Amino acid sequence: MSQRPDASFALRINGASFEVTADGRMPLLWVLRDELGLVGTKYGCGIGQCGACTVLIDDTPVRSCALPVSQAEGEIVTIEGIGGPDDPHPVQAAWIEHQVAQCGYCQSGQIMQACALLARREDPTDQDIDQAMSGNLCRCGAYGRIRAAIKTAGARLTDAEPSP
Amino acid sequence: MKRRTFLIGSAAVTGGVMLGGYRLLRPKGNPLLPILEEGQFALTPYVIVDGSGVSVVAPRAEMGQGIHSTLAALVAEELDVTLEDVRVIHGPASNVYANHIAFPPTQNRRAFLEEEIKTRLGAPENPTQLTGGQSSIQDAFVKMRTAGASARHMLVEAAAREFGAEPSILSTTGGAVVHPDGRTIPYTALAEAAATVDPPDDPPLKPQEEWTLLGRSQPRVDMVGKCTGTAEYSIDMRLPGMLYAAVRRNPHLGARMTSFDDSRARSMRGVRDVIGLDDGIIVVASNTWYAMMAAREVDCSWESAPYPASTEEHLAALSDAVRRGEGPRWRDDGDVDRALEDSSVIVEEEYHVPYLAHATMEPLNALAWLRQGRLDIWAGNQNPTAAQFVGAQLTGLPIDAVHVHTTYMGGGFGRRLEMDFVASAIRAAMALPGTPIQATWPREEDIRHDSYRPTAVGRFRGAISNGRPAAIDLTVSSPALHSSASRRNEYLPRGDVRDTPDKFSVTGVMDQPYRIDHYRVTAAPGQRLLPVGWWRSVGESQNTFFMESAIDEMAHAAGGDPLEMRRSLLDHAPSRTVLDTVAEMSGWSTPLPEGRARGVAYALSSGAATAQVVEVSRSDDGIRVERCWIAVDVGIALDPRNIEAQVTSAVLFGICSAIHGEITVEDGRVVQSNYDDYPLIRMVQAPRIDVHVHESGGEIYGVGESGTPTAAPALGNAIFAATGQRIRRLPFGRSVTIL
Repeated sequence: MSQRPDASFALRINGASFEVTADGRMPLLWVLRDELGLVGTKYGCGIGQCGACTVLIDDTPVRSCALPVSQAEGEIVTIEGIGGPDDPHPVQAAWIEHQVAQCGYCQSGQIMQACALLARREDPTDQDIDQAMSGNLCRCGAYGRIRAAIKTAGARLTDAEPSP
Repeated sequence: MKRRTFLIGSAAVTGGVMLGGYRLLRPKGNPLLPILEEGQFALTPYVIVDGSGVSVVAPRAEMGQGIHSTLAALVAEELDVTLEDVRVIHGPASNVYANHIAFPPTQNRRAFLEEEIKTRLGAPENPTQLTGGQSSIQDAFVKMRTAGASARHMLVEAAAREFGAEPSILSTTGGAVVHPDGRTIPYTALAEAAATVDPPDDPPLKPQEEWTLLGRSQPRVDMVGKCTGTAEYSIDMRLPGMLYAAVRRNPHLGARMTSFDDSRARSMRGVRDVIGLDDGIIVVASNTWYAMMAAREVDCSWESAPYPASTEEHLAALSDAVRRGEGPRWRDDGDVDRALEDSSVIVEEEYHVPYLAHATMEPLNALAWLRQGRLDIWAGNQNPTAAQFVGAQLTGLPIDAVHVHTTYMGGGFGRRLEMDFVASAIRAAMALPGTPIQATWPREEDIRHDSYRPTAVGRFRGAISNGRPAAIDLTVSSPALHSSASRRNEYLPRGDVRDTPDKFSVTGVMDQPYRIDHYRVTAAPGQRLLPVGWWRSVGESQNTFFMESAIDEMAHAAGGDPLEMRRSLLDHAPSRTVLDTVAEMSGWSTPLPEGRARGVAYALSSGAATAQVVEVSRSDDGIRVERCWIAVDVGIALDPRNIEAQVTSAVLFGICSAIHGEITVEDGRVVQSNYDDYPLIRMVQAPRIDVHVHESGGEIYGVGESGTPTAAPALGNAIFAATGQRIRRLPFGRSVTIL
């Protein structure tokens, strides 16, 4: 038998606690999608090449397809955790304003990656954006609008802060 | 110019397939009637009104091109409601939603009668609800506005009865019918009565100058869902008690599996079943990942490939064919042989392009559920009537018992016209009746079992006289697309499985409006190689590269400016306009600094004039694609912002493949398997793209593909201008470093 004894994992996702029983090698992506029904995080390549599965763990962008659930420690935030249709996150709002999505399949990952970038730097240069976002593929080629939306969101976040 | 048609030949009877009971005199009714809920009323097959509002059926695949929004806007315009006020749904599979551009209505009386007889015998009709070939807008432009106007007429008639007034004095606004005295009745209160009014066949449509939605950029109806992770793709469908499956098929495409041993896989965690198929296996598990892991552990014995084992052999076969130069002439103007003899300057070259994968971001998948004489299929797909056909064919259920739910799709580009991935889910559901099963192709299976853009070879001879092209003789060769597709898809009209070249072999070379007196196009006999299919812009994706590289080589040989040379060969007004526009946008006549260069390409793409300039920079490190400027004639622009998005997307799709897209074959297997060895363009590499939307008026053109064909030749011509090196084999990244 290649089965190992069931292992249980306690996860913190979008501010809530979950207990999952699974093979510890199962990537976080498949725990989110098929065990917990959090399907906003997408399967694209399974080898960390496309970024469609990007989530935040303790504010760091992580490819959930390449992270075994046994190693998923920290506060996990998925696309569902940052905002919804009625209360979009400022980054999501900028995406909507710029009408970024086409097929839309990569956009959860793009948005999570952009959130991580903007948390680090609210007024990123084009080079910062290229560097942060080039791990996220968009087959529809919406890169120009992604860049514009990041700048809009960054400007909003800057404006929203109280003056020192 | 003829519109592109998707299928060659008449809509012949597919023959012989009878599914379940016969139903005589099945009327072609409103396909919405069986799915309406209490309190819902269908006004035409496109509009549903209930107490809460208006829903519009947009019966085309939403694969990113924004078609749901534009189709809904066509209806909403005539209904006098805003896009925000309507709910947009794809609706059921039905040939009532046939794409009449891809499948023109039968003119032939005999074919018409055959279709009628077939329908009355209960045989499935040819599945015609297709999305592709950028045909949706041409098909819908009058149809969907007529649907909106008909529904509006029904609502006004119903209100007139209520008011006791003449319909002609009533108006509509904001989702309500308005009486001149100020009284209003909302559509929601009129639905039931309106549904009893006979819809007019030919209601008057709003003149263009009265449009309030069309011609203006609209917020896309799918945007909020797609930016919040709540838009549902078929891979996201979740049903109680469902299981997850992974598919693995013979890496030799089209060959069978001879045996398999699943004992190790069956003992693995989460695995519920291993299903053997003719050409592979499906593992069903409690989680997609368990299924994928176990699928790798099945020992399979594969038959060998039914085609030559290596890419070089494929190219050699095509190259031999074009050198023989035999085959049907698809165009033969003037006297090419004589003109070539008479000319002192002859340019003769051969171009090669590789197979390409679609590589949609959402891997192929579908969810199927077979229970109690009913099959439900959830699939992002480009022809739900074909999915229905395949469902009925595999299960033996009557076609009406197969219910197709077409979800959003994470990219299509022609790949989701195929039904192989839908069949996977149906096979799994048949093995476990009563259980919904979502079958996913791992990315590696998706890349290795595509219906690829054909590899192709194009050879041209060009004659220059008096400083201009006098003759062009083009011979092209590729695996025959329609034959390949009809072998896979039984619902396609048969008739030709002999790999005879079809229109897709020559679109882009035979149909260009260049005024070259001696102009010949030959399609060499097709070859049966890898399975090939429809890939964004289809034949134009390779043939525009051949044509526009040839024109550029001839312009160079003639010592002319490549843009001015093209312009002088065109007396088609929109074509001249788009060339002039990109010349201005790109500053074509302004010299560039050292290390920079531009290239141009032009194409009449699906009838629409397009021109593109690409600028590259050259350094010791390699070539970088800096900028693209493209002008496209859309006839009438319905949603400018979405058009800009589509054209930009199509340009990048073309650039991406041109720089490093290549599927190769070794030992009969496709070598590439994922984004590490089949790389897509990334943000850091993506050039800035400027789009000009030209409106020539009159005919309307789609835009989902028209940016793609000119991208590769414009880039190649720019690389030549920058380096003096003419790269005649794609991708360019084989020959130069592309940064």
